[in-house]
Amino acid sequence: MTRDEALAQYRAMLLIRRFEERCAQLYVEGRIGGFLHLYIGQEAVAVGAMSLLRPDDYFITSYRDHGYALARGTDPRPLMAELCGKIGGISRGKGGSMHLYDVPSGNFGGDGIVGGHLPIAAGMGYAIRLRGTDQAVLCFFGDGAVNEGAFHEALNVSALWGLPVVFIIENNRYGMGTSLDRASSVKDLYQRGSAYGIPRRDVNGMDLVAVRGALAEAIERARREKRPSLIEAETYRYRGHSMSDPGKYRTKEEVEEMMRHDPILLFEKHLQVQFRVAPSELEGMDKDVLAQVDEAVLFADESPWPAPETLFEDVYVRSPYIHARSADKDPAWRAATKEDRVPEAFPAKTPVRAES
Amino acid sequence: MALVTMREALNQAMREEMRRDPAVFLLGEEVGHYQGAYKVTQGLLQEFGEWRVRDTPIAEEAIAGVAVGAAFVGLRPIAEMMTFNFSLLTLDQIVNHAAKYRYMSGGQIRCPMVMRGPSGAAAQVAAQHSQALESFYAHVPGLVVVMPSTPRDAKGLLKSAIRDDNPVIFMENEVLYNLKGEVPDEEYTIPLGLGDVKRAGREATIVAWSRSVQYAQQAADLLSKDGIEVEIVDPRTLRPLDEDLIFDSVRKTNRCVVVEEGWRYAGFGAEIADRIQRECFDDLDAPIVRVTAADVPMPYSKMLEKAYLPQPDRIAEAVRQVLYR
Repeated sequence: MTRDEALAQYRAMLLIRRFEERCAQLYVEGRIGGFLHLYIGQEAVAVGAMSLLRPDDYFITSYRDHGYALARGTDPRPLMAELCGKIGGISRGKGGSMHLYDVPSGNFGGDGIVGGHLPIAAGMGYAIRLRGTDQAVLCFFGDGAVNEGAFHEALNVSALWGLPVVFIIENNRYGMGTSLDRASSVKDLYQRGSAYGIPRRDVNGMDLVAVRGALAEAIERARREKRPSLIEAETYRYRGHSMSDPGKYRTKEEVEEMMRHDPILLFEKHLQVQFRVAPSELEGMDKDVLAQVDEAVLFADESPWPAPETLFEDVYVRSPYIHARSADKDPAWRAATKEDRVPEAFPAKTPVRAES
Repeated sequence: MALVTMREALNQAMREEMRRDPAVFLLGEEVGHYQGAYKVTQGLLQEFGEWRVRDTPIAEEAIAGVAVGAAFVGLRPIAEMMTFNFSLLTLDQIVNHAAKYRYMSGGQIRCPMVMRGPSGAAAQVAAQHSQALESFYAHVPGLVVVMPSTPRDAKGLLKSAIRDDNPVIFMENEVLYNLKGEVPDEEYTIPLGLGDVKRAGREATIVAWSRSVQYAQQAADLLSKDGIEVEIVDPRTLRPLDEDLIFDSVRKTNRCVVVEEGWRYAGFGAEIADRIQRECFDDLDAPIVRVTAADVPMPYSKMLEKAYLPQPDRIAEAVRQVLYR
């Protein structure tokens, strides 16, 4: 990792933190609605992972999904507009916090069903094998998902067919309010990979450098050996499961203890020791990041509400194989477009990706 | 025109589309080495190899999910359900993922997949293996739902379903797999959402799809002996629905019976009846009558099974009822 790369990764973690702190405020003010699941505390996992992906790789995540898009380099403005339900949102105000997608960057986004996206990740891996490329798929989910049937079906076929998918458990110790101890018969979740003969390991998810090490190995295995991996990143969410959760199932002491291992503070030390980055440089970066978040909020504020006519758009793809007379009688078919909508904001290069 | 079975027609459709487009692949239980639980996929593994004809474990959510994921990144999977009864295990993938990702992503994602297999009542296999689930799927925006009743329709519609860019639920019927019919020798497709008049008549309209078209034909034969000529309209696709074809027929006959193999309660026939009363109220000379399965799980015994299903004589009786004869 070069100094510039390290700084870019630090900045990405900081952006996630500041962006989400602002999200929490906007939620309290009623400008963000629905469910809002904050990633604060887990930033090292998304940033470490995204720093290793090539532009042509794919990833898919659970609903706690803001961090991955930001780490991948998606413009924060359409993300914030999406959270506020505006037409300038990356999903045109139809997805919200749990459903952020940015397909040009390989982001197949936020899935709201626990474990539901794991078989889909396997399907993307299947497509890669069928086409014979060396792309990889990253699939992020929480400790709650390992108890879903979909987890087991997806791991089995991925191992059986040799699919280039890295399954990443972000173990933040709680599936909503139920601790891991009360939900899983096996406490070392990565060991569940042994049932399917999948290479597996755990890693300190608060440590960006460690996360990168574990994932680099797994991604390489996917590309070269066409094999899946199961990586357990042990991490912690500082906030409740969602904004409506006061988190009474855990003690203040536990939360404070975990915050002492904060991924951003930890990496800050690494920057100072390894690259002699001065505190003033980091402070300047924080100001930049806060300004970027301000700009995102401003963009969201200024973006119009979706017009009622957009309600019927984006259900179907207009296709010559659908009889026009029937299609024209149904508003969802009438509004269907032939082309996909591509978010324009995605930059050509992701800021945290290693160039080598 | 060649005389082929429904099974062969479906096989031809898949074979031709797999030759035409390398993005098309097939996966499911027993589709490869076993040559298909109902032999619909016979010979495909030999021609296309294991990456394009993939035998899967008995893991329906994985079958559907792998199809969804592959479709998201540009392939055209055909996921075979050994029977649609097992598709209930895929509902999360189909309803929450295949049907919704385009909408939730504001139009960024498409899911060009087909889920196909036999559906409807089979012979004496009881409640868990013998049910018509089309009303479940037709309820979901984002899906296309197809139910062919003849070999010609099956081939032309399946080819369209494979080429279409939306998730298509393609429900075949096990009892119809051996049904023979004429299939054009030349390349053809039938648009999804285009219905067909299966029998012309002036006195009453019967709307029916899939195997119910056969029940309706038998009923029409019975009625014809008494000089009553009915028209049979087969929508072929339940979503989107060719409602104009149904309206045109009802405006001509002024009477309508809707037949389905599924349960009456919240069944798809109610949707058709609703549309007819809304658009053809002044054309109707009698209330619409529905002939459906009984609102109970499918029983095992032959005698009870017969009582459960919409029989030709019950359909004929319903036609007499709307004719007040």
